[in-house]
Amino acid sequence: MTARAFKIEQLIQLLAKMPGLGPRSARRAVLQIIKKRESYMLPLAALIREVADQIKTCRVCGNLDVTSPCHICQDPKRDTATVCVVENVSDLWALERAASYKGLYHVLGGTLSAIQGTRPEDLNIKTLIERASGGDVGEIIMATNATVDGQTTAHYIIERLKGVSVKITAIAHGVPVGGELDYLDDGTLSAALKDRKPY
Amino acid sequence: MTPKQPGEKPGVAVRRLDLTRFRNYPSTRLEISAPGENCIVLVGENGAGKTNLLEALSYLGPGRGLRGARLDDITTNGAAGAWAVSAVFAGQGEQRRIGCAIEYANKSGGVQGRARRVIVMDETPLSGAAALAPYISIIWLTPRMDRLFQEGASERRRFFDQIVVGLFPDHARQLYAYEKTTRERLKVLTGHGNQRDETWISALERRMAEHAVAIAAARLEGLELLKTHLSFASESRFPIPVLALKGEVEDLLKVHPALAAEEQLAGLLAGERTRDGERGQTGRGAHKTDLQAWHPEKDIPASQCSTGEQKAMLTGIVLAAARLQMSVRGRSPILLLDEVAAHLDQERRTSLFEEVATLGVQTWLTGTDAAIFSPLKGKALFLHVTDGVIENINQLD
Repeated sequence: MTARAFKIEQLIQLLAKMPGLGPRSARRAVLQIIKKRESYMLPLAALIREVADQIKTCRVCGNLDVTSPCHICQDPKRDTATVCVVENVSDLWALERAASYKGLYHVLGGTLSAIQGTRPEDLNIKTLIERASGGDVGEIIMATNATVDGQTTAHYIIERLKGVSVKITAIAHGVPVGGELDYLDDGTLSAALKDRKPY
Repeated sequence: MTPKQPGEKPGVAVRRLDLTRFRNYPSTRLEISAPGENCIVLVGENGAGKTNLLEALSYLGPGRGLRGARLDDITTNGAAGAWAVSAVFAGQGEQRRIGCAIEYANKSGGVQGRARRVIVMDETPLSGAAALAPYISIIWLTPRMDRLFQEGASERRRFFDQIVVGLFPDHARQLYAYEKTTRERLKVLTGHGNQRDETWISALERRMAEHAVAIAAARLEGLELLKTHLSFASESRFPIPVLALKGEVEDLLKVHPALAAEEQLAGLLAGERTRDGERGQTGRGAHKTDLQAWHPEKDIPASQCSTGEQKAMLTGIVLAAARLQMSVRGRSPILLLDEVAAHLDQERRTSLFEEVATLGVQTWLTGTDAAIFSPLKGKALFLHVTDGVIENINQLD
């Protein structure tokens, strides 16, 4: 293998490690980047470099941005009394895409898992307790995933927040918008019935 | 719950099965094309691969497979890499393709990483075997279960949970979540080098209690349904044992509402932290429940009955569970009956074959002697298995 071919192979191998990309998709992506050197490859390389130099983890909420505090924490139009707790930045982005939440966030950076060695001190839980105890926060919305680890982490945080004068809520679990009951699994239906609300 | 009419829709059945590097099947395809072939008889000598075929099928439903084997022990001897099983299921007005394979954690295809079961349905990966429960139910009976009433509670509990999952698919998810939180709690309790986090343990215990109570509720409801169904059903000629569940969580649920039972159990678990941590095992919970059985006429524990009577009672439960599932969910399971004729007398064998032929449930039977299955002649697909090679022998002399 020539030195140049080796570099391309290295690029493919690096891209193939990305979530959702396998070796085949990575190869296709690399070919596409190479074909569009001016319009795609060079701007992409420059942007990756720029982001790599500037990226910061928000010291308030754990979001990723080029500033710390992040643009959400600095936004004066946001409701600073409400904090939504999410597992990862990807969850924060998902909620932002929905554009229906105007409060602040707190990114935990994962979930508790004794088996995988993720302990409370490995997550942004201490900072959350400090934030909640500060007096400015009136409501904490638990938006961890409806997985075993996600729900255990939510329970843990709720326990830790006992004694802190803050309202704790959780996002609803149940029937998706546009969903048909006939196609839902029993667990989702049970959760939807359990979380029913006055009409 | 409104009972649905049995036979409202044709039962779910395997129409095609592909095995790759699965035990003694390097690469095998089995087509079951005739729509009426709801009864498949596999005959062959010991070690030919009959049970292996049933085991492969068992991986296409919830649970850990018929043998509960280590995933990386299944690959064909001498073959490198992973094994795979895939099948096309048809019936209930729908068709699904379900595949199961192992993947190694290092993702390079090498066998150094930890083996993980991967399940795909209609080209969409599922989160785990429990996610198959709403679509496929597989109930099996193997020679290893002949001593089910004599052995420890865990095998009986697993057997009954398999039936409950068939009735309430969410039971599979609850079992998985309960097991996971139990393992997590134990890991935190027995962790070395770190200070024990009581709040973390408390959160895990609350989750455990929630799942345990949901599990116990489903088991109790499943048992009541089974009993009610049996008291009205006279189709079976197999003795149906008197069944009862003995478990602390079930007992709590009998005297408390679910939320109060959860509180109680979480409190009990909290009181056991030191002991559980020292012993490295969880002393109480839904995993301690036992299914108790008595002979219906002799009023003696099933464990004291003869081997043949025990086998007959087990067969009776399995057939009743299949009928009940069709009645409650309108969805038929798939039955895997390995060497089922062993220990059954001639009369019961004939009854079994009659029931299997009319049940409307795809049933896979195995045996060494084709002649035993002669009452099924003309009603079943006969396949001869020789060292991983399957041959259609529908002409039984």
